Amino acid sequence: MAVTAAPAWRSGALVALALAFALPLLVVLGSWLAGPSGNWPHLFSTVLGDYALNSLVLCLLTGTGTLVVGTGCAWLVVVYRFPGRRILEWALLLPLACPAYLIAYTWTGLLALEGPLQQWAPFPLPDIRNREGAAMMLILVLYPYVYLLARQAFLTQSGTALDVARTLGAGALERFTRVALPLARPAIVAGVALVLMETLADYGTVKYFGVPTLSTGIYRTWFGLGDHLAAAQLASGLLFTMFVLLWLERRARRHRRTDTDQKPPAERQPLTGVAAPAATVGLTLPVLLGFVLPALQLIAWAADDAGHLLSAEFLELISNSLLIASLTALTTLAVALTLVSSHRLLPTGLRRLAMRAVAFGYAMPGTVLAVGVVWVLGWLDGGLNDTLAGLGFAEPGLVFSGTLFAVVFACSIRFLTIPAQGLEAGFARLSPHMDEAARSLGGRPWSLFRRIHLPLLRIPLLTSALLVFVDTLKELPATLVLRPFDTNTLAVRAFELASDERLADAALPALAILLAGILPVALLARSLGNRDDAHHA
Amino acid sequence: MRWTLLTLLSLTLLAGCDQPGPETDNGEAAAKEVNVYSARKEALIQPLLDRFTEKTGTEVNLITGGADALIERMESEGEHSPADLLLTVDAGRLYRARQADLLQKADSETLRNAVPEQYRHPEGYWHGLSVRSRVLVVAPDRVPANAPSRYADLADERWQDRICIRSSNNIYNQSLVASLIAHKGEEATEQWARGLVENMARSPQGGDRDQILAVANDLCDIAVVNTYYLAMMHNSDDQTQREAAEQVALRWPNQNDRGAHVNISGAGVARHAPHPEQARALLEFLVNDESQQWYAEVNNEYPVKEDVAISETLREWGDYKADDLPLVRLGENNDKAVRLMDRAGWQ
Repeated sequence: MAVTAAPAWRSGALVALALAFALPLLVVLGSWLAGPSGNWPHLFSTVLGDYALNSLVLCLLTGTGTLVVGTGCAWLVVVYRFPGRRILEWALLLPLACPAYLIAYTWTGLLALEGPLQQWAPFPLPDIRNREGAAMMLILVLYPYVYLLARQAFLTQSGTALDVARTLGAGALERFTRVALPLARPAIVAGVALVLMETLADYGTVKYFGVPTLSTGIYRTWFGLGDHLAAAQLASGLLFTMFVLLWLERRARRHRRTDTDQKPPAERQPLTGVAAPAATVGLTLPVLLGFVLPALQLIAWAADDAGHLLSAEFLELISNSLLIASLTALTTLAVALTLVSSHRLLPTGLRRLAMRAVAFGYAMPGTVLAVGVVWVLGWLDGGLNDTLAGLGFAEPGLVFSGTLFAVVFACSIRFLTIPAQGLEAGFARLSPHMDEAARSLGGRPWSLFRRIHLPLLRIPLLTSALLVFVDTLKELPATLVLRPFDTNTLAVRAFELASDERLADAALPALAILLAGILPVALLARSLGNRDDAHHA
Repeated sequence: MRWTLLTLLSLTLLAGCDQPGPETDNGEAAAKEVNVYSARKEALIQPLLDRFTEKTGTEVNLITGGADALIERMESEGEHSPADLLLTVDAGRLYRARQADLLQKADSETLRNAVPEQYRHPEGYWHGLSVRSRVLVVAPDRVPANAPSRYADLADERWQDRICIRSSNNIYNQSLVASLIAHKGEEATEQWARGLVENMARSPQGGDRDQILAVANDLCDIAVVNTYYLAMMHNSDDQTQREAAEQVALRWPNQNDRGAHVNISGAGVARHAPHPEQARALLEFLVNDESQQWYAEVNNEYPVKEDVAISETLREWGDYKADDLPLVRLGENNDKAVRLMDRAGWQ
């Protein structure tokens, strides 16, 4: 079927949009134009091996851990009935609200010799401040990415395939591994890819636990050695890893079609015997470790501080955080929709490239990204001021780098890949036959998008918006560097106090991040629940 | 339609965030504000800034953040930067800002009289505001009274697996090593660092308070920490912290030779400051007796200014001899120090 060519301006605008969001990638790759840094021999002979090894092991552990926990929980919740299933279904999302650096602080407090758990435990509790401990922390807060996307994939999977498998005599395990899992693979892989990118970019946790990784290595090279070039080139190593990951993932499902018809999934099977309580306990564990215990610890710490709860200053922290998070969620959603749907409606190699390029913001450690944004916006502001001054107007000041624009722009670059991947996976499940039918009925691309794609993509849209919102709420390094004067957020405040080793004082803003994060989680759970009920009605 | 509305809404919200900066210079209120980029945490500087506003009527706008990131931001903002004053918590970063040509001279009799020569830039590009020392903290029941008495002793074999110290990413450790390089040369310092790494009880982790807790909990016998962390634990609301601080003893290093390593928090006026006069006024305010005393009381740091009362905890620790190495040298040796720690395997 022939595709109508888009007007040139529209293609141009799309490319410009993608370019703006691919800036960090370009800056980092551009660093090689200056030739390799003179510090490479030093890095090679001393620390580089450790950085790479630690990052690799962290990725392996966190990737495997989140894959098992996330997919396992999603499957049990979607396919079986057991006590507490309804509560666990949304409770499993709760750790999403907890930033990794915060859970690292609280678990350190919980497990400390003088902490609350050791007083009860008859044996010495393990030391978590090492590489494996860091992986543990990351798994606890990152598994919901896999869970969320896998659950959504399992839910929207057609019941037909599973029914057929059953009538052909496939057992429960076989139906899972040979039918459901391959069908859900794009979503699961997208989830794990997000987890791996978060892991590679994580700075707070590994820094606190003293694990030297590529991410901490970039900071150290940048600021300790004062070598921008080597730092940017090191960052390109991170991006290359991401590139390989994404490429492998795409290659693996190149010739697979995962779109299915919309027949509702089969009725949930009740679990019997010991399996039912085992499932309940097993699914409670991640919620307990990733949310409930840390939250209790924070509440205990914050109890003394409760008087500040309603202070004007604290309310301002909350409103700033919510404002930045909502703006970022809206921006990324709009940009991702534009890129993804244009890719689907008007496929060209260039736009596909753009889609790939914008994904890399996620793998950039926040400070590196922030500095890239500072460079670009600073240059833009300088040009604007000089031009206007040259024309005899008053200088407008730093309208880009000195306002919330900078924060929202940086966070959008960082998190754009979430809606982009989510929507792409969503689109992948929409049958192309629908497009063809709509087009043959004379539907224009825009009306096809608005009347067919948008309603069907409601869930991935909502899911991605939620993820970006919560992620931005937790985002720290970029916000810290780029925020305008006198603009504090919850994460900034929590971090400032925690990094000053005033954990107890940090508890109140930290708790607020958790609570603010719960709200959209609850909304999402409700909305998914409604849809779910409709299926089972 | 809905998107258009949302976009409009977003733009309105963005525009609604007031942005102090050079453009307000033309306005009437221009003379009445000063913009501070601070690596010192908000809680530890805002009260002083509020006091400044109260006394002078000058509004203070504040951004806090990591010193390195703030310096990068100033660099990219260039001549349009709204920054008037850069505040950092170590001399190395001020040195770096000066090297990047981000500061201007701020010289006045008030500043010269208040800040001893050792704690300011020779030409007045930056001034120290408060002093802290990096000291040894030991478990008195497991460590003899006469040793270790110098930084050099930390490399001694007898302390194998008994020392806790945080990561070499930390600027305080980098500055300490930079000072050793200045005194002993690179080769001797590298030998020392290798010995110290051998003696570490665990791979470096956590902050200074964590090292003190580790000594209190028998995980190691000796830790290297900044004075105010120990002092703040002594005065903490948290019982665990207070008890840990009680269980350990402070050792001033190198009292029989060059003195204990010290560093400063300090500030410099930005090169392109839109309000240089107010910036200098604020700098002078920060070294007056009242501010200096506030630093000492609230943050348990040593005032740069002589004859200002120190906190009770610090008084109990008594006088100490401070290394009189000019702090510029810490900045000069910083990247040598980082490389050296890399080679020694100090994580």
